[in-house]
Amino acid sequence: MSSGIVDVVVRLLAVFVAFLVLPLVVGQTEHKVMAHMQGRLGPMYAGGFHGWAQLVADGVKFAQKEDVVPADADRRVFQLAPAVALLPYLLVLLAVPLGPGGAVGQVLDAGVFFVLAVMGVGVLGSLMAGWASANKFSLLGGLRTAAQLLAYELPMLLAAASVAMAAGTVSLPGIVDAFHWWWVPWQIVGGLVFFTAGLAELQRPPFDMPVADSEIIFGAYTEYTGLRFALFLLAEYAGIVVLCGLTTVLFLGGWHGPFGADGLGWLWTLLKTAVLAFVVIWLRVSYPRLREDQLQKLAWTVLIPLALAQIALTGVVKVVIQ
Amino acid sequence: MTSALVTAAQPVTTHGFLSSSGVEIAFLLVGLVTLGAAVVTVTTRQLVHAALWLVVALGGLAVEYLLLTAEFIAWVQVLIYVGSVVVLLLFGLMLTKAPIGRSPDANVPNRLPALGVAAAAAAALVWVVADAFRTTWIDLDGAPQGTTKVSGEILFRHWVLPFEALSVLLLAALVGAVVLSRLRNQQEQQEQGQQEEEQS
Repeated sequence: MSSGIVDVVVRLLAVFVAFLVLPLVVGQTEHKVMAHMQGRLGPMYAGGFHGWAQLVADGVKFAQKEDVVPADADRRVFQLAPAVALLPYLLVLLAVPLGPGGAVGQVLDAGVFFVLAVMGVGVLGSLMAGWASANKFSLLGGLRTAAQLLAYELPMLLAAASVAMAAGTVSLPGIVDAFHWWWVPWQIVGGLVFFTAGLAELQRPPFDMPVADSEIIFGAYTEYTGLRFALFLLAEYAGIVVLCGLTTVLFLGGWHGPFGADGLGWLWTLLKTAVLAFVVIWLRVSYPRLREDQLQKLAWTVLIPLALAQIALTGVVKVVIQ
Repeated sequence: MTSALVTAAQPVTTHGFLSSSGVEIAFLLVGLVTLGAAVVTVTTRQLVHAALWLVVALGGLAVEYLLLTAEFIAWVQVLIYVGSVVVLLLFGLMLTKAPIGRSPDANVPNRLPALGVAAAAAAALVWVVADAFRTTWIDLDGAPQGTTKVSGEILFRHWVLPFEALSVLLLAALVGAVVLSRLRNQQEQQEQGQQEEEQS
């Protein structure tokens, strides 16, 4: 019994540490990668070696700033919003399997549905922030967030459903267990749809219309300062980690790799996640922001038909190989 | 008939009503929170707060499903209702009217009739459900009885026809919505065209 409790505590602690460290690693990588792609050096002084402690310093700075709540704002909703935006990603990270044999925070029977459901809840935080700030830019940002979520939730779900059909299970470790290398070409369209829709749900460039700084300042987060603002930023980077981890698990075979099957599986998962995170940063530097109508058009006329076609293909192949 | 009654009555003897195990206490507490949130949803004068309390009520329902080992249903509840329906609600509210603070016009004159209808509906539902499932018990300590596999098998073996009928109904609603919105657009365009002709 006591060993069971210790096991649970160790798992929760490991997930919590990953939740605190990985987003910062992605953030620091973003600083450096963007800088080098643009012919700059990026942060160089904080911490000594190539500015590795820049985000720690940023965190200290945020913690020192005054926490302002606008006079006309709805205080309680305004203060609650960052927590609603951040916590769902912590819960999702709990269900993402790292390696074979139960190397996962919590095994869930309906893992795919769990992660998609909880990720959708995170957007409520942006909506609450947008409404409660009593600021027209915030409200516009919240509106755009909601419109974007409604458009991109469906293709994401359909793409995930395709993999679940292929594996014959909706449990995340079960899906990775059933993976074969030829799933990558088979599910590639679904994978692209899932990743793109996920980017849109995280409001990452080129889908960052809800926080378009040249139009609506910073969207739903305009009125936030100090630690609460930092929590929103952390939610964005935690979202990148979660999205890349999920894409790895669902479409790229998680812990499967060409060699090192015994004991090194978790390294493959981390490596694939890191490569995808690099792609997310790369896209930010490469593509201009999509306009609102282009965003909606991409979701409804390109991604959803592609996802449906992927489901049809999955069904046909599944029947044929049986 | 008598044998059916005997087999139906047998579990009752082994299960006391509210044999306060941990899960049952949690179920009751979450139920109270859900009910409270639902009541606040319909009584608060602040529109957006009502939508947010609805999140609490729907989330509470999902937790109840979880406690009854129906994991799949619970996550679908969160996905559909909290993730989509409430977002749609908030979107609509923000698009039209969402003042911070009380909405003076949120007070409906026929409050009492509404209360009466709600109470009657609740009483009927509780009575029907309690009467139908009085003798059905879920073994919470054994293997989960609401896993995805079990739900899927029941849905696609015993309830295929209602399932398909529902999907046809939803498809009809979808097509209807598209037709209605396009119809109005065409009418507006025609009216605009006529106005332009009149002006010229």
